[in-house]
Amino acid sequence: MTTLRPADAGGVLEAVRWAVAEELPIEVFGHGSKRGVGRPVQTQYGIDLSALNGVTLYEPEELVLSARAGTPVADIEALLDRNRQMFAFEPMDFGPLYGAPRGRGTLGGLLASNASGPRRIKAGAARDHVLGINAVSGRGETFKSGGRVVKNVTGYDLSKGLAGSWGTLAVVTDATFKVLPKPESVATLVVAGLDDLTAVTALCKAMGTSLDISGAAHLPEAVAGEVPDISFASAGRAATLLRLEGFAPSVDFRAQKLAAAIGRLGEVAVIEGEAAVAAWRDVRDAAMFGATTHPIWRVSVAPSAGPTVVAALKESHTIRYFHDWSGGLVWIEVADPSPHGLAREIRTAVASVGGGHATLMRGSPALRAAVPPFEPQPGPLAALSQRLKEQFDPRGILNPGRMVASG
Amino acid sequence: MTLAMPTPKKDVLARRAAIAKALRAIVPGEGVVVNPEALRAFESDGLTAYRQAPMLVVLPETVEQVSQILRYCHENGIRVVPRGSGTSLSGGALPLADGVLLVMSKFNKVLEIDFDNRVAVVQPGVTNLGVTNAVSHRGFYYAPDPSSQIACSIGGNVAENSGGVHCLKYGLTANNVLGIEIVLITGEVVRLGGKHLDAEGYDLLGLMTGSEGLLAVVTEVTVRILRSPETARAVLVGFPSSEDAGRCVADIIGAGIIPGGMEMMDRPAVNAAEDFVHAGYPRDAEALLIVELDGPQREVSHLLAQVEQIARANNAQSLRVSNSEAERLAFWAGRKAAFPAVGRISPDYYCMDGTIPRKELPLVLRRIRALSKRYGLHVANVFHAGDGNLHPLILYDANKPDELQKAEAFGADILRLCVEVGGVLTGEHGVGVEKRDLMPEMFNEIDLAQQERVKCAFDPKHLLNPGKMFPALHRCAELGRVHVHKGEVRFPDLPRF
Repeated sequence: MTTLRPADAGGVLEAVRWAVAEELPIEVFGHGSKRGVGRPVQTQYGIDLSALNGVTLYEPEELVLSARAGTPVADIEALLDRNRQMFAFEPMDFGPLYGAPRGRGTLGGLLASNASGPRRIKAGAARDHVLGINAVSGRGETFKSGGRVVKNVTGYDLSKGLAGSWGTLAVVTDATFKVLPKPESVATLVVAGLDDLTAVTALCKAMGTSLDISGAAHLPEAVAGEVPDISFASAGRAATLLRLEGFAPSVDFRAQKLAAAIGRLGEVAVIEGEAAVAAWRDVRDAAMFGATTHPIWRVSVAPSAGPTVVAALKESHTIRYFHDWSGGLVWIEVADPSPHGLAREIRTAVASVGGGHATLMRGSPALRAAVPPFEPQPGPLAALSQRLKEQFDPRGILNPGRMVASG
Repeated sequence: MTLAMPTPKKDVLARRAAIAKALRAIVPGEGVVVNPEALRAFESDGLTAYRQAPMLVVLPETVEQVSQILRYCHENGIRVVPRGSGTSLSGGALPLADGVLLVMSKFNKVLEIDFDNRVAVVQPGVTNLGVTNAVSHRGFYYAPDPSSQIACSIGGNVAENSGGVHCLKYGLTANNVLGIEIVLITGEVVRLGGKHLDAEGYDLLGLMTGSEGLLAVVTEVTVRILRSPETARAVLVGFPSSEDAGRCVADIIGAGIIPGGMEMMDRPAVNAAEDFVHAGYPRDAEALLIVELDGPQREVSHLLAQVEQIARANNAQSLRVSNSEAERLAFWAGRKAAFPAVGRISPDYYCMDGTIPRKELPLVLRRIRALSKRYGLHVANVFHAGDGNLHPLILYDANKPDELQKAEAFGADILRLCVEVGGVLTGEHGVGVEKRDLMPEMFNEIDLAQQERVKCAFDPKHLLNPGKMFPALHRCAELGRVHVHKGEVRFPDLPRF
């Protein structure tokens, strides 16, 4: 592949215009940390956005930050951290899933993948925090959407439309996000030895209290052991985790109430400080599956349906899995030698609980070409999505085939 | 102001009787309204300066009926304006003379409440407050709370991406809706999202939210419900200047505190509210701040002490903390009644809705005062201080010649000012017809064309709510052309690796 590395937004515009004129499809990437997601893109040319680097606006008291698309997320998070702020949606780092170190990944990739993490259940995903963008469409035109203020309903929210579009609609050249204060204090309560259904029922119940829980995960025995920071609490058993964040007196108060509420299920251990941060980082990144190369699926269903999806699979297949988002996010590692990575079985299980979706987050290029990595859509919705793609990228220049075979 | 709406289609108007008959075959009984007297009830929404009776009104009761109505209109080239409760402040539901007004008020049922998954599935005609009322017996509520919440519908909230005083902490409609069912203009029914998080594929749910009825008709909504906070308390602080109040807001956020609500009013608004509801507001304050903190009692008392300290350090001249629920509600009573309160002191008022970076507030208020002098019209300001959403209320008398036009020109100047300082035309009321012609202040032709292309993906014949949001709708075929820059790009000189 020949890689073009424009220095600025003007260079991106030129590159896309050239590709449109020559009718040459291009792969769009930043650090390339997420190139393993989606159908393999096979193009002669690529655009590397990593030279579009730098925070262009940061006003902590206005809770707003803008940066060029190629800016490393790690740099932005370090800057926010120095000001006791954060991206509240807790974007995952794709490194561990691919057996790579953490710290790679750009702001553009974060938006293109609509990244989020355990705090998704309380604070939303990248789509909920992006305020505005500048981008180059597949037509070779620079456009903007949104702005730098939180409350804005002026025109269609194209920034949200680009979130999770994996670079198939437009090349974002810079983006503005809402940022939020970092919690002063964090505590995580761990209950050991619960089965999936009991655990997820407890998580859902806890989420329905006024205790303002910001993380609710259940790691079965086979996965809990891979998270060193909770091993003392789970001691070889399953671990159910609930996170509380906020001002110290509030966290202490809520931790007592929560411990009293879930104490009847088993002994409650509390982890704090760096151990708690590290444990949630592993949950966020599905780091427990970093040592293998088996296919990994990320399944989103209604929280209470999570255990049903798993139960339908684990009877006859060899899988490892864990639940985040109060049970509704199920990460599944397929150890079966199934040639299709259990795609059909997983999607049937998802459909049987009333809907949701399964995304292949890791798989060999052959597998990603053989099964749809993104959840197939019903006819009218697929047609609508295709029409949207054509309105942004009529010649199919940008990341062709990455999300669906036809577009 | 003369407002150019799409030219009525003569052939459609000529077929009015046949259209009514065809729609009656879809929605039997009283569901199709043609009587001119009855149509008059629908001729405007919350933006009463504009009136237009629709060609006819249809009130479907089932998704199948909505689908058939839209398919029929699509096949016959008939324009459709969707309407919820008709509370839009930007004319989003203003009818068209040759249009079918699709009124969704019969979709008023709560379909399912799922406390385990913290969602409610409702029909779009359920009111915003109706959702909270359906779940409050278990201590739950629906967070977005626009001022019109007793009347406005959830479907309308989706169309406008409605906010409210709590959205800094709890988000807008877009952040609290997990799924919708929509009917396209072709009659196709599509579901986006559901009880799970993150709809797969393109974020069409995100595009639909705030699309002002131009893309599709919402027939079902799945919303997040939350457990009500253990307690909420409010602080009422008077400041000698908006600069002091603005700095106080910045310092509260700088301290890492995100209040449940943070509202500011200027002196004219304070006095109008005080005259109306006697909330005990300090009449001498140039700026009044209401800060509400919610959460566990321990947290609220901890933060109240901090907010009090920050307020005093910023020259607070009066400060009261609510000590009972009754007192907290009294603090809010004046703010919540601010619009009608201003309505009492002036024959008419015009409510603006720009958003600005918070730090620009003192400058913007100074310039609004100067504009007020120039136009000879009084203005009162209420401000969602946490998120920068400013509502200047321009006082005028529609019975005086030219005064409405003057108020509208004043309003347009305020919105231009908002854009100039880095803000936007509308924070929560929508573009509708009201701010439609100001869109070029914020977007260039290419920006607008790309937005129009989204409409082309949903409604290429421009039949759904045309005349709203875009100053002009271009033909989709015209928008679809790709301009090829062959030979004029310098690109081949770019470094390659």
